[in-house]
Amino acid sequence: MIPFPAPDKDILARRAEIVAGLSRLVPPAALITSENERRAYDTDALTAYRRLPLAVVLPRTTEEVAAVLSFLHQEKVPVVARGSGTSLAGGAIPQEDAVVVGIGKMTKILEVDFANRFARVQAGVTNLAITDAVRHEDFFYAPDPSSQLACTIGGNVAMNSGGAHCLKHGVTTNNLLGVRMVLIDGSIVDIGGPHLDAPGYDLLGLVCGSEGQLGIVTEATVRILRHAEGARPVLLAFPDSVKAGAAVAGIIAAGMVPVALEFMDQEAVAICEAFSHAGYPLGAGAMLIVEVEGSESEMEAQLARIVAIAGEHGVETVRESKSALETALIWKGRKSAFGATGRVADYICMDGTIPTGQLPLVLRRIGEIVASYGLRVANVFHAGDGNLHPLVLYNANDAQQSHDAEEAGNDILRLCVEVGGCLTGEHGVGIEKRDLMGVQFSRVDLDQQMRVRAVFDPAWLLNPAKVFPLEGRTPPFPVAA
Amino acid sequence: MRGTEREILTPSSEEEAASAVATAAAAGRRLAIRGAGTRAGLGRPVVADATLSASGLSGIVFHAPSEMVICAKAGTPLAEVEAALAQHGQFLTFEPMDHRALLASTGAPTIGAVASANVSGPRRIAGGAARDSLIGVRLVNGRGEIVKSGGRVMKNVTGLDLVKLVSGAYGTLGFLTEVTFKVLPKSEAIATLVIHGLDDGAAIAALSAALGSPYEPTGAAHLPAGMDWSGARTLVRVEGFADSVTYRLDALTKLVAAGRRTERVDGTDSEALWRHVRDATYLADPHSDAVWRLSTAPTRGPELTAAIARQLPGARWFYDWGGGLVWLSTLAAGDAGAAVIRAATATAGGHATLVRAPEAVRAAVPVFQPLDAVSMRLTNGIKASFDPRGVFEPGRMYPSA
Repeated sequence: MIPFPAPDKDILARRAEIVAGLSRLVPPAALITSENERRAYDTDALTAYRRLPLAVVLPRTTEEVAAVLSFLHQEKVPVVARGSGTSLAGGAIPQEDAVVVGIGKMTKILEVDFANRFARVQAGVTNLAITDAVRHEDFFYAPDPSSQLACTIGGNVAMNSGGAHCLKHGVTTNNLLGVRMVLIDGSIVDIGGPHLDAPGYDLLGLVCGSEGQLGIVTEATVRILRHAEGARPVLLAFPDSVKAGAAVAGIIAAGMVPVALEFMDQEAVAICEAFSHAGYPLGAGAMLIVEVEGSESEMEAQLARIVAIAGEHGVETVRESKSALETALIWKGRKSAFGATGRVADYICMDGTIPTGQLPLVLRRIGEIVASYGLRVANVFHAGDGNLHPLVLYNANDAQQSHDAEEAGNDILRLCVEVGGCLTGEHGVGIEKRDLMGVQFSRVDLDQQMRVRAVFDPAWLLNPAKVFPLEGRTPPFPVAA
Repeated sequence: MRGTEREILTPSSEEEAASAVATAAAAGRRLAIRGAGTRAGLGRPVVADATLSASGLSGIVFHAPSEMVICAKAGTPLAEVEAALAQHGQFLTFEPMDHRALLASTGAPTIGAVASANVSGPRRIAGGAARDSLIGVRLVNGRGEIVKSGGRVMKNVTGLDLVKLVSGAYGTLGFLTEVTFKVLPKSEAIATLVIHGLDDGAAIAALSAALGSPYEPTGAAHLPAGMDWSGARTLVRVEGFADSVTYRLDALTKLVAAGRRTERVDGTDSEALWRHVRDATYLADPHSDAVWRLSTAPTRGPELTAAIARQLPGARWFYDWGGGLVWLSTLAAGDAGAAVIRAATATAGGHATLVRAPEAVRAAVPVFQPLDAVSMRLTNGIKASFDPRGVFEPGRMYPSA
């Protein structure tokens, strides 16, 4: 099990006083104190870990966030920011001596500007709601994490979220133009805006993916894009993972950059097909979803080349989407992979990224690692950019299996780093990968990151149990007691 | 000491660089950082005791064409990186500007400087900025420590993104030793639609319509009359399969240039056109003029230039990034137009950077957009977290950083 820092007894003892202070800053409806209601905030999508927070505040404005942070800063109370609580890395799991500041009530679309191609929204707006707000002009917001129906843009900014279509359009940081952010001392800062590339240190790039440790984002300005004339996925079924992996390498080496290039192994195909009835080829050793876009003739030309390359690698079934409905179904199956897996077993979802050339080796080693613990794995991932999502299946009621699943996951991530990759491609470090940071980074690397962190939050109050290993937070970085 | 009089340190390894920095830090010596020096004129004038050169750190570390990644030592000439990529039909998607024409500098620009100054070009609107393609760095911080951030994979959210932070820091945070970029395959065909005779307002409206279309322009610029021997020209570039390029240029012509005089420019003519836009060569002469780079929301571009022109009658300009990037030249006298330009930028929204001016002007006028108090506090803190003794490039960006 991953250790949490021991709660600060002094803060726990002052709970009533702290709650009273908060109640002077926000209306009663924005403050959650009863144990039952706080329960709803005790974990995120990493449900194996739960901690009941001291209180939950749901501010409606930037100014309320500022007042709350300023007060908690004065009182030296830790703060855990929360969007919709969909973090798979435990990024939003609270701690007993912390106040959760949720942005879920800040759901206004503030400005949409098609001529300048941006949208400015409050941080609690969901990822999909941005696209919904611009869909009528055939525009969209590009990053599309699987949780896009629920997850907030504030959470996306905090974790630098990705998605299936990042191969062409990039992740959150490549689509973020500006933020309004509240620092721990309550000061409000605007970074960036509708214009590109503000000079000075790239605070926007630093804040994006900082996992709620530098401040709380209350507004975001994001780039919106016009849809291509058409988009079409094709399903390619292969006899085994190695051949499918080789086809991925072949497609990229041929100079093709599809909009999306997704990989599912036999286990994942079976699980997703049972849930979504998308018409996935059951029995195939592995399947790719390749999506191209453009005009009709462009799509045809690209698909013809992709199918030819797949042919060189032993493709068994080729199925092009024939309608918008079919396309939606194909993507529904893929995007429901985690949810569908949750119906058949407990699972932990890994998120390492590897150099794509290492794909065949890594897939084989993952199979060996998981088998050595007597567990099963379903692989579903963004193959074009090497971002893996092995789902290690286990039974959470079995303590030994729970332990083994975590160990297998850790072994997989060590493997990712060993072959030249990283611990997390789009989910974030959170609590889950915190104690593996030393595998990827040296002491010097981590100290440099922590010194930068300390510029924003010298007292280490913002989401303090996350990202950086608890040991080695040598002064001037206090260890949460 | 200034310029060429300074002692030049040329480490031939990362370890030597770290030890040179540690020695300088202990002795309280300040270091200017140089690649080939072609962009040394950017920023505020730096007063340093010695120059730390990346010229001894040169060479491609690896290029993995099938993974679309290239890693090179910081002092590697950009041309060498681009040639290695071209051999495999690949390129840097952000089309880095060459500052030599504008700054009248010589030498071979380095890949480290491209990363350090976040140097992008016209393709920035489609392919992102340099910092979006930069996926890994190794550097020596001001404490003489070797720090790495990012890596060689395209998707990486492990820890704080120090890669972005050092890209655009002009060497004030560290001495880059190695940089890794993601790259893309070059398109089969590239062509440019030229629309003649539009005024600024009509041109920017046309560019906005083009950029908001499904045809994915990779360049969108407007050259008002007087940039060269031609009249006003509005440029839209598309890339892709040859058939697709023709299809999309035709569609764009119908969409944004109906009833206008247009022409299609291909091959080396198209390349030359965009090289001039990229390098702002239209404003290179007279070299005595100051040159500014203004960034704003694209549709605000024309009102921004009009407001400036009312008070600075000699100003000349052209637009890139669909109108969002304004290159503007003024007389270098006095504050080189800083007060007028910054006021107009504040009204339109955005920021202004003084790219070229005599040293005395760059010492007196804020070169980079002045920051609000909170951002300045964070900036100073970040500088201290990397370089507590102020070894690197003292005052290059701000008096304190």
